[in-house]
Amino acid sequence: MPKLTVDGIEVEVPQGATVLQACEAAGKEIPRFCYHERLSIAGNCRMCLVEVKPGPPKPQASCALPAADNQEVRTDSAMVKAAREGVMEFLLINHPLDCPICDQGGECDLQDQTMAYGRGMSRYTENKRAVTEKYMGPIVKTVMTRCIQCTRCVRFAEEVAGVEEIGAIYRGENMQITSYLEKAVTSELSGNVVDLCPVGALTSKPYAFEARPWELKKTLAIDVMDAVGTNIRLDSRGRQVLRALPRVNEDVNEEWAHDKTRHHVDGLVRRRLDKPYVRRDGRLVPASWDEAFAAIAEVAATAGSGVAAIAGDMVDCETMFAAKKLVEGFGSSLLEGRQTGLAYDVRDLGAVAFNTTIVGIEDADVILLVGSNLRWEAPLINTRVRKALKKGAKVFAIGPEVDLTYKATWLGNDLSLLGDLPSVAANAFEKAERPAVVVGPGALKHGQGAALALATLLNLVREGWNGFNVVHTAAARMGGLMLGYAQPGGIADIVAAAPKLAFFLGADEVDFEAFAGSFKVYVGHHGDMGAHHADVILPAASYAEKPGTYVNLEGRVQFSERAVFAPGDARDDWSILRALSDVLGRPLPFDDFAGVRRAMIAEVPALGREGLAGYGWNPPSLGTQASGEIAYPVADFYLTNAICRASPTMQRCSAELVHGEDFAEAAE
Amino acid sequence: MLADKDRIFTNVYGYQPWNLDAAMRRGDWDATKKLMEIGQDAIIDRVKASGLRGRGGAGFPTGVKWGFMPKEPKPERPNFLVINADESEPGSCKDREIIRHDPHKLIEGALIAGFAMRARAAYIYIRGEYIREAETLFAAIAEAYAKGLIGKNACGSGYDFDVFAHRGAGAYICGEETAMLESLEGKKGQPRLKPPFPAGAGLYGCPTTVNNVESIAVVPTILRRSPEWFSSFGRENNKGTKLFQISGHVEKPCVVEEAMSIPFRELIEKHCGGIRGGWDNLLAVIPGGSSVPLVPASQIIDAPMDFDGLKEVGSGLGTAAVIVMDKSTDIVRAISRISYFYKHESCGQCTPCREGTGWMWRVMERMRTGDADISEIDTLHQVTKQVEGHTICALGDAAAWPIQGLIRHFRPEMERRIREKQGGGVAPMQEAAE
Repeated sequence: MPKLTVDGIEVEVPQGATVLQACEAAGKEIPRFCYHERLSIAGNCRMCLVEVKPGPPKPQASCALPAADNQEVRTDSAMVKAAREGVMEFLLINHPLDCPICDQGGECDLQDQTMAYGRGMSRYTENKRAVTEKYMGPIVKTVMTRCIQCTRCVRFAEEVAGVEEIGAIYRGENMQITSYLEKAVTSELSGNVVDLCPVGALTSKPYAFEARPWELKKTLAIDVMDAVGTNIRLDSRGRQVLRALPRVNEDVNEEWAHDKTRHHVDGLVRRRLDKPYVRRDGRLVPASWDEAFAAIAEVAATAGSGVAAIAGDMVDCETMFAAKKLVEGFGSSLLEGRQTGLAYDVRDLGAVAFNTTIVGIEDADVILLVGSNLRWEAPLINTRVRKALKKGAKVFAIGPEVDLTYKATWLGNDLSLLGDLPSVAANAFEKAERPAVVVGPGALKHGQGAALALATLLNLVREGWNGFNVVHTAAARMGGLMLGYAQPGGIADIVAAAPKLAFFLGADEVDFEAFAGSFKVYVGHHGDMGAHHADVILPAASYAEKPGTYVNLEGRVQFSERAVFAPGDARDDWSILRALSDVLGRPLPFDDFAGVRRAMIAEVPALGREGLAGYGWNPPSLGTQASGEIAYPVADFYLTNAICRASPTMQRCSAELVHGEDFAEAAE
Repeated sequence: MLADKDRIFTNVYGYQPWNLDAAMRRGDWDATKKLMEIGQDAIIDRVKASGLRGRGGAGFPTGVKWGFMPKEPKPERPNFLVINADESEPGSCKDREIIRHDPHKLIEGALIAGFAMRARAAYIYIRGEYIREAETLFAAIAEAYAKGLIGKNACGSGYDFDVFAHRGAGAYICGEETAMLESLEGKKGQPRLKPPFPAGAGLYGCPTTVNNVESIAVVPTILRRSPEWFSSFGRENNKGTKLFQISGHVEKPCVVEEAMSIPFRELIEKHCGGIRGGWDNLLAVIPGGSSVPLVPASQIIDAPMDFDGLKEVGSGLGTAAVIVMDKSTDIVRAISRISYFYKHESCGQCTPCREGTGWMWRVMERMRTGDADISEIDTLHQVTKQVEGHTICALGDAAAWPIQGLIRHFRPEMERRIREKQGGGVAPMQEAAE
């Protein structure tokens, strides 16, 4: 624990801390461009220079200098001020003065630090350097003349995203950052370089020239694109969400978000359901709320207890709770959320949760992936596994071989391997101190029992460590399971019950042919498969347009806020169900959102506490035989739900990055 | 003047063949096993006692540097010796002469130095433009392997030692020790942050010492003829003999081995036939390769040519590449050309050097033609100060110092050009507006 002084303030920092961290501990701001907490230290911008005694009589880069006992650090001396002014001047001589047309304006490190540490004038009268743009894909817009060569993007691509596709070419003042052969960066995390870029060299392509940061209303929300529960901030202006940015949450997403999280937002204003529809003579025609409700009431009157509710992947717990109460009002318990037909035992939620926790998987020393293409199912967990690998973990995988961005030992593609683990993996697990198994949706249906058997066999659960993990792909999954949206046989049980009336809560991936005999009510926000097959459409709010509770795959309960209001006649889901319940003569016992939440928490108290729900560990005993090939359920990372299917950006990403289509860029 | 019997590099002019037979006749590889039997620490002590300072420019005591290496390397982290033959400093050409005419001195030195610092292998990083020299070096290494002088059980000493030669690709910055390690590892040649120093984590993360060719090549002779013999040359703290490379406006430019601390006048008179046009025609000298500040004639003539003597006149010995300029030289243009070199060779990694070298060169070009304002001389000086000492490696300093030397000694010349361009004479007095 070195003790040192910063501007006379004594601080004690952990072993291995840098002088920059010591200065921050002392409450001193150190300007920086290249330094980033989550990336390796480059030390190349030279903005963080401070004066350190003992040491050479010149300023030192504080980001790269280890803090040591009895150092005297000055951040306020004349030498430091001159050094900062000098570096600032150098950075600006070749930086274009195009702030008025730069999207980074208002949230630009260079702008801010020039105001704080610059000289206020330039002595450079020569011509400025110009650099041609580099194509980096459909997400990242480049204006490379603005680049200050901090190499954050290079380090991010290599260290976090695991794709070595961004680099620097040429040298000296001709040095340029470029993607490999100026092709699109093939990473689901490429959008993060936009946040990392301290200047306007890398900006968001879909968001180009849309808004200034100070015009935007910022709303704290939870991402619903996958089950990780990325903490996001929705930036909206008027009635439109213009962009989604990650918030810092060390337990969930650190400060990253994948491209689907960031750029699905243009799908929120396209293909929206903004008025009720009723199917007449085989065609969906616009209707009033009363007409739509009357059509449902007509069927409900003869439905008896044949009423079911299928929850989609992106619905909040409150919606599912309201629908559950409505269905229960008919004396039915036909609830299911695993819309694609997935079925597994959910008597113990601990057996279907991500038990190491997302941050905990970093500490695992041997990891076995079973039927999980983590890179597409949960990219932010994939980065954690990468981190574990960097700490020395070994990764084995069962399933079709895919590029996970790190070195995994592929054992084969058959579930029978679970019962007969190859010796290379078995030996590694024998020596492991913190072993982990990650079961993906590809193996869950047929391999759950065999995977749970591994938990005992490999001794995954030990003092202070539970290494059994299940990866889900739907943001609504864990919340749904907590609310009882599961039949023993999955959705097949619902089909077998042949309900007269079926509510589809934003469910678009269902095999609707199986429900041919049911009167289908779609409560959702996008005109996708669900709406296409519905008999009545009730337009509802997307996650950005309603407050809600979400539970991520580790059982972490998180609350999301409303950023904008739903378009047209669309309403919050719970209020639609409440109004409908009146018409059906079975009124629900709540009249406002707080009431829904109160009632829900009364029934499932865990949903009222933010943080890990804590499911415990009582795995059911299931048959341990498993065999058969594994197929990953996510066929196209960019088009997994109704919102991103409506998003032009996601369509473009899919076409270019998944299907390899070429796009010609229009000249500007 | 150094006596012929005291010369270490007896074939620096290539009057004899470079090959192993000829080298052995000159005394190389003579009982190398015996030299190694002195013991590893004893070799380091003797090199320390000889007062040998690094010949690559910075002048760090070689023996002390070797002493930083771990005494008991782990098998998974062996020690390495890297020999810097990426001689790219304008004016320098000593390593080239050693490699093409006396390569076995270097290879023998590599073995002894590598043995002393417990190194597993030596990597010789040779400048890409040295094509013939690289061929010679490869052939010499092959000869040494064939004779069992290096490789398994080198010289019958029981010590296994490999020597690898690696060709550079023409980047000056790869002569910086950590950039050289990056380049050897196959990466873009950019200097690393220090700490960690190479002796802690160098090539492939293993403890590494980077030495200049000359520093390594003199070691066998120092051990054979005793450290006392070596330290009998030169002033205190500046011991030994040194290869001087004199170029420019002397009658006979040459590479010559001389005792350290030889006065500049003696060096030129004895070996170069004097200054072109006589001593009164001397304008300035860059005494240590392009990166050190120039010294005007009056100060250099009687200065001792060694590390401390040249430091006293505000310059440095560098690689002892003495660039002599007489009064026909356009001194501003000369320095501007050096500025262009540093702008061209900056790796672009850190800000002050990447942006500053280009700026300095552009201003220097205008200084050359006089298309500048007198106040810009001060600005230029400030810019050099903003680069110097703010960069990761010493290239920023190397780019700044020549300009600082020019402004220090030739400011009147710079001002004259600007005035002449502005219409001659003194600028007219401005009338105050009423």
